[in-house]
Amino acid sequence: MMIAASVGDTIVSFLLLAGVSLSLLAGIGLQRFPDVFARMHAATKPATLGLVLILVAAALRLSDGGDVVKLLVIAAAQFITAPLGAHMVGRAAHRAGDQMAPDTTVDELARDSEQRSGH
Amino acid sequence: MIETASTIALAGLTLSAVLCGARLVRGGSFADRIVALDALLVVLVSGIAVQAARTGDGTYLDVLVVAALLGFLGTVTVARFIERRGA
Repeated sequence: MMIAASVGDTIVSFLLLAGVSLSLLAGIGLQRFPDVFARMHAATKPATLGLVLILVAAALRLSDGGDVVKLLVIAAAQFITAPLGAHMVGRAAHRAGDQMAPDTTVDELARDSEQRSGH
Repeated sequence: MIETASTIALAGLTLSAVLCGARLVRGGSFADRIVALDALLVVLVSGIAVQAARTGDGTYLDVLVVAALLGFLGTVTVARFIERRGA
C-alpha cells in the first residue's frame, strides 16, 4: 500500500513537471523566436499537451468523480478551441501583413491566395 | 514529494508568466500580443490545476472551465478584429 502510494506520487510529480516545462519553453520561445508565426508555434504547445499533462496529474489526485468530469470537459474544450484559435490568429496576422523572418523559405498561404486570385 | 514538485511547478509557471507578460508589453505586432495573452491564460489555467493537484481540492475547477472557454472567445474576437482592420 505504501509502495503503491509512493509510485502514484512519483507519477503525479513527473506529470506536473513535464507539463510545466512545456509552459516554460513557451515563455522562452515567445521571447527568442523572430516572428509571430514562430512564436505561435512555441506558444500553442502548452495549450494542449502541457495542459493535458497537468490535468491528468490533477485527475490522479482528486478522488471525487464530478471533479474528474470537470477536468475532462476542460481538456475536451481546450483540444477543440486551441487549434481553432491559433489558426484564426495566424491567418489574421498573415492577412494583416505581418512580416515573416527573413530566413523563411516557404509561404504556402501567400502562394495559395495568389493562385486563387489568378483565375 | 508532490509538495516539492508542485512548488517547483508553480515557480516555473511564474517564470513563464513573466516571459509571456514581457512579450505582451513589448509586442511587435498586434498578433504577437494576442498570442502572448493566450499563452498567459494557459499558464493561469495550468497554475490553478497545479494547485488543485497539490491540495487535492477541486473547488476552483469551475473557474478553469470558464477561463478556458472565455479565453477562446477573446482570441477569436480580436483575431477577427485585426483581420478586418489590418496590422
